[in-house]
This record gives sequence, C-alpha cells and structure tokens, in this order.
Amino acid sequence: MIAELGLALLWIAAALACLTLIAGTLFLRGGPKDLASLVRPASVAQGVLTTAAFGLLIALFVRSDMSVELVARNSNSLKPMIFKIAGTWGNHEGSMLLWLMILSLSGGLIAIFEKRLREDTLVATLAAQAALSLGFFAFLLFSSNPFKRLPVAPPDGQGLNPLLQDIGLAFHPPTLYVGYVGLSVAFSFAVGALITREIGPAFARAMRPWVLGSWIFLTLGITAGSYWAYYELGWGGWWFWDPVENVSLVPWLAGAALLHSVAVTATRNALRAWTVMLAVIGFSMSMVGTFIVRSGLLTSVHSFAVDPERGTFLLVLMAIYIGGALTLFALRAGTVAEGKKFALLSREGSLVINNLLLTTILALVLLGTLYPIVAEAMGEKISVGPPYYNKVAGPLALILCLVMVAGPLLSWRKDDGKRLWSRLPLALFAGAAVLFGLVLFGGKVGILPLLGMTVAGIVAVASLAPLWGRNLRRTPLPTWGMVVAHFGVAVCLAGMGAESAFIKERLVAAAPGDDIRIGDFSVKFVGVKPVAGPNYTAIEGTLVATTSSGSRFTMKPEARTFPGLMGTAPTETNEAALLTRPGGQLYAVLGQPVTSDDGRADRYQIRLWWKPLVWWIWLGGGLIAVGAALSMLGRAQLLAIWRARRARKLQERFAP
Amino acid sequence: MSLRLILLCLLGALTLPLAAQDRLPPAPYAYQQLNDPAKEARAKALMEELRCLVCQGQSIADSDAPLAGDMRHEVRSKIAAGESPDEIKAWLVARYGNWVSYDPPFDGATALLWLGPLLFLAIGGWLAFGRFRRGKDDAEGGA
Repeated sequence: MIAELGLALLWIAAALACLTLIAGTLFLRGGPKDLASLVRPASVAQGVLTTAAFGLLIALFVRSDMSVELVARNSNSLKPMIFKIAGTWGNHEGSMLLWLMILSLSGGLIAIFEKRLREDTLVATLAAQAALSLGFFAFLLFSSNPFKRLPVAPPDGQGLNPLLQDIGLAFHPPTLYVGYVGLSVAFSFAVGALITREIGPAFARAMRPWVLGSWIFLTLGITAGSYWAYYELGWGGWWFWDPVENVSLVPWLAGAALLHSVAVTATRNALRAWTVMLAVIGFSMSMVGTFIVRSGLLTSVHSFAVDPERGTFLLVLMAIYIGGALTLFALRAGTVAEGKKFALLSREGSLVINNLLLTTILALVLLGTLYPIVAEAMGEKISVGPPYYNKVAGPLALILCLVMVAGPLLSWRKDDGKRLWSRLPLALFAGAAVLFGLVLFGGKVGILPLLGMTVAGIVAVASLAPLWGRNLRRTPLPTWGMVVAHFGVAVCLAGMGAESAFIKERLVAAAPGDDIRIGDFSVKFVGVKPVAGPNYTAIEGTLVATTSSGSRFTMKPEARTFPGLMGTAPTETNEAALLTRPGGQLYAVLGQPVTSDDGRADRYQIRLWWKPLVWWIWLGGGLIAVGAALSMLGRAQLLAIWRARRARKLQERFAP
Repeated sequence: MSLRLILLCLLGALTLPLAAQDRLPPAPYAYQQLNDPAKEARAKALMEELRCLVCQGQSIADSDAPLAGDMRHEVRSKIAAGESPDEIKAWLVARYGNWVSYDPPFDGATALLWLGPLLFLAIGGWLAFGRFRRGKDDAEGGA
C-alpha cells in the first residue's frame, strides 16, 4: 500500500507542476489575473506531496519491505537502522527522488517566502521551476520508478555496498544535493527575470539569499565528502581530482562566481547580463554533473545507474533546459543594459577579475574532466589527473586569492592605488614572514605549497582588514560573513600547503612489540584481535602512540570483512584510526598479514602518516560555509523581519 | 569523493580474476619504503602521477589493488637501481600508453587541453578589459 500511495503522490505532484506551468504561462501571456493566484498554492502543494512521497520511500526502507524492487536490491533486514534510512538515497532511483524533492521544495519555499519580487516575475520564476521539475518527474516516473514492486518478494535484500555503510552517507549526498538543486532557484529567477525583463538590483537582492543558501550546502557537502574519502579510503588522500569530485566542484565554482557578481548587481546595478548568465550556468553545471554521474559517461565513477537509456533521457532534458535558457538569454541579452560603468581599480573591478578567474578555473576543470572522453573518441587514451590541475588551476587559484586580498579593501566605483597600498603593509609583512620562515627552516618545500602557505599568510591578515577601525558590534552581518569566509580560505590554503609540504609516511611490516618512529611520535604495535561488528567481522589492531613529551594515545585501526549477501562476494574495507593533535593528525591503517620467509604470519602491514595541519583544510571549508551563512542571514533580512515583528507585537501589547 | 568509495567496491569485482594472484605475498616494495629518503621521495612523487590501471580513478600511490602494489614495487625497485623517474615513466608509457600517466604530455592531441585555459583567460580578459576602457572613455566623454 505504501509504495502505491507514494507513486500516486508523485503523479499528483507532477500534475500540479503541469498546472503551475500552464497557469503561469497563460497569466504571463495576458490571461486572467486569477491564474496568478493558483501558482503559489500549487507550488507549495507540489513541494509537500513530493516530500511526502520521499518520506514513504524512507518508510519502505525502514520496514525492509522486500516486495519493492529498490529495497530488495539495496537494503537488508540485518542492517543497522541508520543505514537502512540512509540507504534510501544510496542508489539511483532514491537519489533522483531526493533530487526532485529538493527541486519541488525549493519551488514551494520561493512561493512562501519571496515577497520582494514583482508578481509577474515571481509567477514566471515559479513556472520555470515547475518546468524544471516536470522534466525530472517524467524521468523518475517513466524510467526510474522507485516504488516498483517485484512479482515475488525475495526472503531478504541484497544489502548495500559496505563502503557506503558509513555515517557519511547519511549526510553527504543530501547536503550536496541541496546545494546542487538549490542553484535551480537562481536558474529559475534568471529565467523569470529574463521573461519579464526585470533585471536589476531588486532581482539580484531577491536571488542572493538563495544563491548563498545553496552555496553553503555545496561547500559543506564538498568539505564533508573530502573528509569522508580521507578517513574511509585508507590512504589519507583528501582530494583526488576524480571526475565525480570535479563535477561537484564545478557548480561550487559557478556558485562562488555568482554570489560575487550578484553582489555587484545588487549594490551597484552593474554586471547585469553576466549575473543572469552565471545563474544559468550554475544550475546547468549541476545538471551536467548529474548527467555525467548518472549516465556512466565517465568510466571511473559511480557504479550504480550505469544505464544508457537513462543517460539519453537526462541528456535530452539537459539540452532542453540549458538550450532553452541560453536561447532566451540570447534573445533578451540585447535589451539588458550592462548597467553602471566602473574603473578597473574598484571593488567592482576586483570582482570582475574574481569572476574571470573563477570561470576560467571552472572551464579548465570541466575541460580536464571531459577531455579524456573526447580524446578517446578520437582514438587517444589519455588520463588527466592531479599533476594537470595542480599546474594549471593552482597558479590561477593563488592569483585569485591575491585578488581576494585587495578586493574587500577597495571602494566601489573608483579607488586609487596609493590608498590600497597604504592598507596592505601588515598583510604583506605576514606573507613575507611565512615565506622566510619556510625557506630558512622548512627544508625542501615544493614551489606550489610554498606559495600557497605564503599567500595564506597574506590572506589571513588581509581578510581581517575590513574590520579594522570599525565598531565590531555595528559591523553588518554580511561584512562579518565575508571576513569569516575569506579567513576560512586562508585556513584551508594553509592546511593544504602544510599537508603536502611536510607530510611524513611510514609503511612497515611490524610484529607485535615493534616500535615505529614517525615525526614526533613513537608508535608501538601492541597486537591484533578479532572483533565482530553488527554485520561484519574485523581484525582490530592496537597501536600506542607516544609523543616526545610523553603523552600516550591508543589507536585502533580495523580491517573489516563484510560477508557477501545473497551470493555476492565478500568485501574488505579498512577503517583508519585517526589521532587529532593541535599540530595535525596521525593516520594509522592496519593492512594485510605478512608471511615471513619461515612461513610464520605474525607480522602485519602498518601504514602510518603524520599530516601536519591537515584538519585545517576542513576547518577552513567549515569557516567558508559559516561566513556564507552569516551573509545569508544578513541578506535574507530574517533578523530585520523578526525585529519588525517583535516591535509590532510590543506596540500592540502597550497600545491603549 | 563518495564515488571513489563505490569505486573501491567496483574494484573488488574487477580484481576477481586476480584472486589467485591475491593470495601470493605482495611484492616486497608494494608496502615497504626505500631506505634512502631522497629515493623514496622521488619514487613517491612518481607513484602519485601513475594511474592504477585496474582502478581507473586512483593513482598507484593510494590503491589497495594487487596490480597497484606490483606497480609500486616496480617503481621502487627501479628507483633503487638508480633509474631516473623520467626513464621509468617513459618505460611505463611505452608499455601502457599515455593512459598510465595522470600528467598528459603536451602534443597534438592535448594541445587544447593545455592551452584551452590560457585561451579562455585571454579572451575573457580581453572582453572584460575592453569594458573597463570603454568605461573610462564614457567617463571622459561625460566630463
């Protein structure tokens, strides 16, 4: 019953999307005014129904209803509850329903909260959002039905990929999806504003909180995903320039460019066409990412949902949406005045350079990701990986950071070089101090990490400069947001630089009782013992790490074996043990037993890394998200609304 | 990110035919560093550039696949024997093609890959700076 109800809700929600689209279109073409009043409630209802359908799918996973194909394929009654729930979106159909739910909810939220836009622009925006969701409804209902029943229910399910049995799965994909799909709101705002030709500060201000909101989630999703890969994969890498990482980075870059250009449009009524263009690019990149991941176009990626038919469906959808939006843009761009002019040395000028560099990095990440596919089609098999991105994107990112030093110190419209220069000495001094320190005491450091840490020093000090000489309590929230986010970039950059410059690695075959020296630590391998988890068995190693100052810490890395369920092969995973210290992290992995020449297997492979300041990378990511959240709170004027409401209430209470 | 995790599982399936080989003890340098730190650093840098051919998304420096282990052993042995990283890379490329290297060479097939970003930056910069110039003219014209 639950499955059928879920499917019915999806169909009704799809019908509501249809209604929104038709009513909106008729209204915009000069139909009766009443049509507009249909659009808001229909959008809200669509959001509620799709959310309910997703809730029902979760219920099916919680009850382990094996008569539903999706549950039988991806779940198992023995799984811990949290992973049963998370398993709902750990597969193609469920994740597409999650995607659609967020798309529909975004439409509902615009309908409820957006009060600043002109009515016709709002209707056009909601109609655009409905058009987007309609395509994905079609995709889900016709080619990826999550509620499909099996003719005969199997006794139990096939389980879920053990690597996905991690708390990371519960949070990482939904977070990233909110970010991905949140950009659809910017896309719809842009389409709506193009249709009604209302492109100006009001439109930019309405769009800005949504852009910030989805960018927060993208930032958190990427940061959390990086940490997840770091501890789960067992080799201590935190970014691999893998195609799937890249397609999550591309919308993030577009979002970063957009939230800076939208600031220019909102404040100075400039860069209007460009802001609209970026809003279109942002969600287009989300769709490209989904398409690449879901279609199996790239050999290296997701194992679920490699299905050419679905790929074609998504490709057609994408072509319609991106093509449609770009056509609309081409038709209307001529009528969108560029807006106010400004000098190169001005806040706007620095933001233009910021956008130029961000879009160049975006383009090169996309190029590097897609190039092997094109080359293979031409008969050349090549790989594009970290060395390429480090060489090409690295220097651009560092220049971008230097622009970030100057930008916030410049005033709008026009500034002069001397004034800027007079505000920089402290930051430059910090950078020089870092550089000299590294050259004198750092030993052999690669050029990119060296420059990275130097720039981090400059940015760390310069990012605080907008607060100098200000009353901190009166500094507006968005300024705080910018300061925190930019400081986060410095923290993140310092972490990356320090980790790659000073990492220490020890790979040894150790017998119980052996001591291993790494960095400041002496690590004693005490021994191993078997342990049983809820649905796996494991060998647990015990390591005791002692610092030079005598502090002792116990670390317990595990090598886990998940039995194959329903005839599948068993899977082995490594659970790394992490010891977080102020100066970095000690990362320990227990590998295979090693057979000695005399046939005894009493030694184990132990992998140890000392990663200086590595956790700064994720701390920085978190700070960037916090900064964006502060900006959003300021921009969404939630506080202002709340204060106004409280003032009104007080007035009412004391009214005679 | 998360996908690499899934990838690892895929890898489990990919290496099934190698299961027999799996039971052999791994080659000594697969999980063992060279004694000379300078040589180990060179080997490590090279291993990070080489693709694990059965994993299709990881370098041999961070993969548990048996083949990656064998390749690490190969790289470390050759470095220990005094070969330069460039020689080893050339040898591997001759054997497996450019697919094995994450650092694509600059040639006819990859010219666009390497020059594309510069071209993008140049055109973008030209358009943007054209704007600034016009902006100045306008200001002067208005004055």
